[in-house]
Amino acid sequence: MERKTKINAEDGKQDLMITREFDLPLELLFKACSDPEIIEQWMGTKVLKFESKKHGSYQFETTDAKGNVVFRANGVIHEFSPNKKITRTFEMENTSFGVQLELVEFERLTDDTSKLNMRVIYESVTHRNQVLQLPFAQGINMAHNRLQDIVNKLK
Amino acid sequence: MNLRRDVFQAIADPTRRAILLLVASQSLTAGAIASNFDTARPTVSKHLQILTECELLEQKQNGREIYYHTNAKKMKEIADFIEPFRNMWDDRFNKLEAIMKNYQSKK
Repeated sequence: MERKTKINAEDGKQDLMITREFDLPLELLFKACSDPEIIEQWMGTKVLKFESKKHGSYQFETTDAKGNVVFRANGVIHEFSPNKKITRTFEMENTSFGVQLELVEFERLTDDTSKLNMRVIYESVTHRNQVLQLPFAQGINMAHNRLQDIVNKLK
Repeated sequence: MNLRRDVFQAIADPTRRAILLLVASQSLTAGAIASNFDTARPTVSKHLQILTECELLEQKQNGREIYYHTNAKKMKEIADFIEPFRNMWDDRFNKLEAIMKNYQSKK
């Protein structure tokens, strides 16, 4: 079974598709994506609010060791069909990335395996490419910070 | 001074992508590149300028001619740029799977 996460981002388009097969029954995969306590664990962010229902809303927040907010995001849920589909918006606060529409579909493969198809639509091609480059840019920042730490120790 | 260009904006244009494909196989002069397109020569020159500014193309003087060739390092950066984003989701999903397997066995 192909368990690697796949990203399909076609050139010049403002959307992308994230797909992944899981060694989990459909119900457990859906639970992991709709239970705030579990989302908190795998997304690596605090879940301030998560209403798993149509017209519900959610809020994520990440703070550093000193308690400063380093990331905050929110969105509203447009459709919530258990074990089938979640349609929601997602927006990182205080950034220029704009709002994105996420269509998350849950698919049963066998009794013990399932698949997640997540289509993300951005405001423009530029917005999409900025988000795609984000972890790349953060990786560079992290490398810089590590370098800074080493340099500080040498002082 | 020219403003630094965004690589991804540079490759969003179909003519510029065609130029990159053309030059990928062999170094060519601006004239030779332009002869492959129906567009006006100054338009091709503008495309070459943009591709050079964002370092996807490099110029090499050979006698009186300037040859363009692709910058392999920069081209690889584009090919790899999606990988950190994919890794980020792969890490999250690996965690999700591990958590739920544990959850399942606890039940």
